[in-house]
Amino acid sequence: MAEKQVILRIKRQQTPKEPSRWEEFALPWRASMNVIICLRDIAENPVTRDGKKTTPISYDSNCLEEICGSCAMLINGKARMACSALVDQLEQPIRIEPMTKFPVVRDLAVDRQFMFESLKRVKAWIPIDGTYDLGEGPRLSPEEQEKAYPLSNCITCGSCLEVCPQVNEHSNFMGAAIFSQVRLFNMHPTGAMHAKERLQASMGNGGIEDCANAQNCVLACPKGIPLTESLAEIQRAAWKQALLGWLIG
Amino acid sequence: MRQPKIIVVGGGLAGLMATIRVAESGVPVELFSIVPVKRSHSVCAQGGINAAKNQKGEGDTTQKHFDDTIYGGDFLANQPLVKRMCEAAPGIIDLLDRMGVTFNRTPEGLLDYRRFGGTLYHRTAFAGATTGQQLLYALDEQVRRHESEGRVTKREGWTFLSAVIDEGGVARGICAMDLRSMEVKTFPADAVIFCTGGIGAIFGRSTNSVVCTGSAQSALFQQGVDYANGEFIQVHPTAIPGEDKLRLMSESARGEGGRVWVPRNPQEKRAAKSIPDAERFYFLEEWYPKYGNLVPRDIATRAIHRIVYQEKLGLNGQAAVYLDVTHIPRETLDRKLEGILEIYEKFLGVDPRNEPMKVFPAMHYTMGGMWVNAEDQATSIPGIYAAGECEYQYHGANRLGANSLVSCIFGGGIAGPAAVKYARGVEKGTDSVSTAAFEREQKRQEAKNAALIAQDGAENPVTIWKELGEVMTEHVTVTRINKNLERAYAKLAELNARYRKINLSDRTRWSNQTLNFARELENMLILARVITIGAFYRNESRGAHYKPDFPDRDDTNWLRTTRARWVNNDVELTYEPVDISQIPPRPRRYDAAK
Repeated sequence: MAEKQVILRIKRQQTPKEPSRWEEFALPWRASMNVIICLRDIAENPVTRDGKKTTPISYDSNCLEEICGSCAMLINGKARMACSALVDQLEQPIRIEPMTKFPVVRDLAVDRQFMFESLKRVKAWIPIDGTYDLGEGPRLSPEEQEKAYPLSNCITCGSCLEVCPQVNEHSNFMGAAIFSQVRLFNMHPTGAMHAKERLQASMGNGGIEDCANAQNCVLACPKGIPLTESLAEIQRAAWKQALLGWLIG
Repeated sequence: MRQPKIIVVGGGLAGLMATIRVAESGVPVELFSIVPVKRSHSVCAQGGINAAKNQKGEGDTTQKHFDDTIYGGDFLANQPLVKRMCEAAPGIIDLLDRMGVTFNRTPEGLLDYRRFGGTLYHRTAFAGATTGQQLLYALDEQVRRHESEGRVTKREGWTFLSAVIDEGGVARGICAMDLRSMEVKTFPADAVIFCTGGIGAIFGRSTNSVVCTGSAQSALFQQGVDYANGEFIQVHPTAIPGEDKLRLMSESARGEGGRVWVPRNPQEKRAAKSIPDAERFYFLEEWYPKYGNLVPRDIATRAIHRIVYQEKLGLNGQAAVYLDVTHIPRETLDRKLEGILEIYEKFLGVDPRNEPMKVFPAMHYTMGGMWVNAEDQATSIPGIYAAGECEYQYHGANRLGANSLVSCIFGGGIAGPAAVKYARGVEKGTDSVSTAAFEREQKRQEAKNAALIAQDGAENPVTIWKELGEVMTEHVTVTRINKNLERAYAKLAELNARYRKINLSDRTRWSNQTLNFARELENMLILARVITIGAFYRNESRGAHYKPDFPDRDDTNWLRTTRARWVNNDVELTYEPVDISQIPPRPRRYDAAK
């Protein structure tokens, strides 16, 4: 009997400027394989299914336990983390492509700097006075902590941008992850003192107004973050602030 | 006054803390990291961070934290800095709290604390079971703020290749490679702080992230930075076995009441849940009644190995034991441990709230690392500082759970200002040094790349790496036997010879991950030698270093720090005394109160 195999079709691109192409691989199947293990198999023996020598696949990965956010890619058309994509749960041939909303660096590796720049833009931090000893932070109820904690689980993987119709070549929409961070920092007693600045930065070009409520983001989030709640809340707060600004002149 | 410049290499907890402290002092800092810093390995820390805040009215003190740390480390750590760290820990928690870390809370709105291994006190603050992630993000956010205000320049996607060292033996900057363009470039600085983390990849599979190769510290070692206590490798007792990674199952699972057991009958065929209590062997609780499931990691790891390999009681004859949290209310599990239980569920498809987890020990942490002085994290080369897991200072022969996060932040917090002070005080700034040292280093590294690309052998770097991992895991982790260590050393020499014949299978000049991996592999092979030879010569058992042929701690001969140097392309070991000025060594045992 022929050895059980895993068949993969991988979209490859040598450099950001070159056109992409597909390559197919056949790997020996083992129990509990995930997509990262497949990519490592290929690195050890970079030969395509039809026996042609090729190069190892470039891809981003680090923690391999779905908490660093590195290895997001399209697997059978779905944005997800490669480390937790178990082969036995995937239809074959497994189709692997880079995310489409970020510039390709090479093969499956993409550049998500846009997200980090957006975090800068919305001032996603608590502005502490300094790291010297200033005593304890503000008290928080367990309920407040339980509301904030899921939001702070965002791994900046970009899945929510990938599935958002508003993130496209005609818009600079920052994406659900960013506004969810605005919500997180505006919720914190110290962060709330600067809520206005963050809301202002959340409006305008690429801002919260561009959300068209497709709600794909919340379904795609690997961490189960209530992104649509965050979007709605920031939308409301931004409107309120804009309206107040208009009333006060 | 001349404005100095500082470089930080590595953007995990220690690197970010060092960066913040340098930026606060008004000195510009350039931060290098292989991955975007928010993706650093610190995200993987789960259980918590220790500080003796005594918020449960148990009479905990920083002195007790200090004593637990020294005792847990089997008296190998130099004591003064450890004492300072334990005293600083409560302030570090306050700082993180002010930065907005979503620590779990008590009904009064205070931080909650849980128990961890090697202590009898509730001393561990936590944010669910993803404390490392939450801490890293808090520091990442502060660094982003400094970056947006112009004090920090990030160079993410660059890997460190070597230090630039001038004719006088003083560090003047670094040579690094852009992982996209593969450009090799030098960067001047008056002082460089290394926070390059763990070395898990040397053991093939571990709980560490992909970037934890130890490549940077190995490169520095080859340039003259001493490496201390390399033989002390922590094997975490509870990880989920996997082909690509051994995923950590945090000590917090036991801190919240999780119990480790195997069926008393090795032929047991029933499902875990239908085995009555009397037929379960809670071996940690039986063997260590005082600490039970919360003995330190080296003790728990050896106990699991004994159960599996000597008592032959592994689950279905396999290398695994149960870690059971099914008796804990679901609501508590979700509130305090959700992050780690999700990992188990996601990667194994089994809900650990219903069924006991199957776990086995895995390489987790290096207590050893770059040698630093006892005051301010300076290494043996002027101008080079180190903090975090990549240095050796705080954990002796075994690290206690939830002490790593505190040591990263404390060490980084010291290294930053120390580097600034040094940089301001150097007689001749780097900008007045001749460019020759920079050009020389750049040429050396470019030549190395060119040679690797041109090589046309038959060896694959991934294959060599896998074999390295196998031999290191088999012979240089839990149980060390001298004839096996000799065998391992011979294997390392063989791998080194085969490395000379590797073929990259990718000769392109854009984002060539194979080239970078090959460079890291060479450095891993050398650091593996430091670890193995250190283990070979240390004929005693202390903390994580266990030799059945020398089962006892030997303070007369071995209460000494191993200090490795690279001399004529070989590892040379010297030994220096340990500073035991605060707590006199006493026998370490966890089967009774200490």
